[in-house]
Amino acid sequence: MALNLTVKVHPVVLFQIVDAYERRNADSHRVIGTLLGTQDKGVVEVTNCFCVPHKEHADQVEAELNYAMDVYELNRRVNASENIVGWWATGNEVTNHSSVIHEYYSRECREPVHVTLDTGLGGARMGLRAYVCVALGVPRGKQGCMFTPVDVGLTHYEPEVVGLQLCQKTMGAGGRARQVQPLADLAQVAEAAARLSALLEQVQAYVEDVLAERAAPNDAVGRQLLELVTALPDLAADSFADAFNSGVKDLLMVVTLAQLIKTQLQLNEKLTLLTSQ
Amino acid sequence: MASRGGPSRRVPESDAAITYVQCDGLAVMKIVKHCHEESCSNMEVAQGALLGLVVENRLEITNCFPFPKHDEAMDEEEYQLDMMRRLRRVNVDHFHVGWYQSADVGNFLSQSLLESQYHYQTSIEESVVVIYDTKKSARGFLTLKAYRLTPQAIAMYKENDYTPEALRNLKIGYESLFVEVPIVIRNSPLTNIMMSELSEMIPEEEGSKFLDLGTASVLEGQLRSLMERVDELNQEAIKFNRYQQLVVRQQQDKHRWLLKRAQENAARAAKDEAPLPEEDVNKLFKPHPVPPRLNPMIVAGQINTYSQHISQFCSQSLAKLYLTQALQNAKEGKQNN
Repeated sequence: MALNLTVKVHPVVLFQIVDAYERRNADSHRVIGTLLGTQDKGVVEVTNCFCVPHKEHADQVEAELNYAMDVYELNRRVNASENIVGWWATGNEVTNHSSVIHEYYSRECREPVHVTLDTGLGGARMGLRAYVCVALGVPRGKQGCMFTPVDVGLTHYEPEVVGLQLCQKTMGAGGRARQVQPLADLAQVAEAAARLSALLEQVQAYVEDVLAERAAPNDAVGRQLLELVTALPDLAADSFADAFNSGVKDLLMVVTLAQLIKTQLQLNEKLTLLTSQ
Repeated sequence: MASRGGPSRRVPESDAAITYVQCDGLAVMKIVKHCHEESCSNMEVAQGALLGLVVENRLEITNCFPFPKHDEAMDEEEYQLDMMRRLRRVNVDHFHVGWYQSADVGNFLSQSLLESQYHYQTSIEESVVVIYDTKKSARGFLTLKAYRLTPQAIAMYKENDYTPEALRNLKIGYESLFVEVPIVIRNSPLTNIMMSELSEMIPEEEGSKFLDLGTASVLEGQLRSLMERVDELNQEAIKFNRYQQLVVRQQQDKHRWLLKRAQENAARAAKDEAPLPEEDVNKLFKPHPVPPRLNPMIVAGQINTYSQHISQFCSQSLAKLYLTQALQNAKEGKQNN
């Protein structure tokens, strides 16, 4: 029955779904597509997806399944380990049409999951939900199926988080979209330092409030604060100074070396172009 | 949304200068995912196509798709056309505006890259190549850079002439092969909403890998590659020096031969004999072929990139070290009180 399935979605998938929704044809309200990924021990990891053109009429639905197969084949050439694990749709409800589509997908893979992303922003949130189809009914009687919700969470590769954090900077204050450039290394470290400093100030303000009895003390928070303060490794002053100085010396030496090489390159270039026949 | 026709030859406009590249968050995430997956499985570069459109002076990249690994069994042109046709069905921009490639330490300069970018830029005026640095992004600094060939580089490649004179005429050096175009990332408001949902699902501590203090392994790797490149450049320089010495020696030989000839002729004239027939000097002393300067230029460009990266890496490591020193000082200050 596999009702203990969990679905883990990569951020790329969500980006793709939102993009497909924005590019939908003028007359469609919903977009659907295939989910690709791997399934392992009750965890379905969705790593990719693509949009499938479809039309919904009052009582029937047409989806271009050949198109879906073709794009799946094309994708297999790039990444042979991604299989069809289910399908996605925008909107926040599961309709009759969904069961038809779901039946098709259950022919493609063993236990398709159905993911919905509420791009219509019902309830002021973009809800992400996942369902599996569970057969219901009385044996020898009418059989039906029910979409049961399963847990859905987010997973990612390491670099994906970095990309995500950069993209998140486009959310400007006041809700207006901004543009952001990939930061230089030093600027990123400086920004992290500023962030750390702001966080520390927040913590400090809270502690002072508690001390002045303006806020109620919280045991759990207090324990975590203790952990925080003792998290700094306990190095004797001179051993730290040693490590620090040697680190700084190494780095400075490498910087000098790199600059030297660059100057030499320039010289070499000028010389060879100068002394040619 | 203005979209152009298919990815065929267009008449290049004289002022179609791209000042910056605007990338959609979707394209960025897809590039990250593809390059990361490729780097985990094998060491080959990951490549793919960029789709988008050109608006005034910016190049918008709205989507991308990966290329399959090189395989003789299938036709890459066909795969590309197939993919673009399918994407057109779902209203994705199908104008092919460039390509992307993953690289180690952002070291991408190579002959094949020059060639590919040359072909792209001659068929599609505004195309760019986007380089994604796998190792650096894994360490926590997302590095995405867009490059275009300079007009001098295109001229040089067209001539296929890599002698020093040609390079001097074109005033081209390893620094003027590529020009970097700034990239900005932009997301639609709906995507921003989706990302704010996502940010709740990801714990705060993730993505702080760039604050890692360990520098030895990274520096070692970079310095080792740098040393290999410098060795290569050294070899090329030795080759060039040898050629120059040969040329000088040949000049001397020529001179001596001419002198001898003149002496003999003078002697014969004194004895009233016919002078020796004139012989073409150049046929006797064949000129040596000039070694092409393309490889040394590429290697010099690579070394330059490496040095820049190393300097950047060292500067941010220094910053992190000073941060820890501040923390340590604060702690010691507390202990002493």
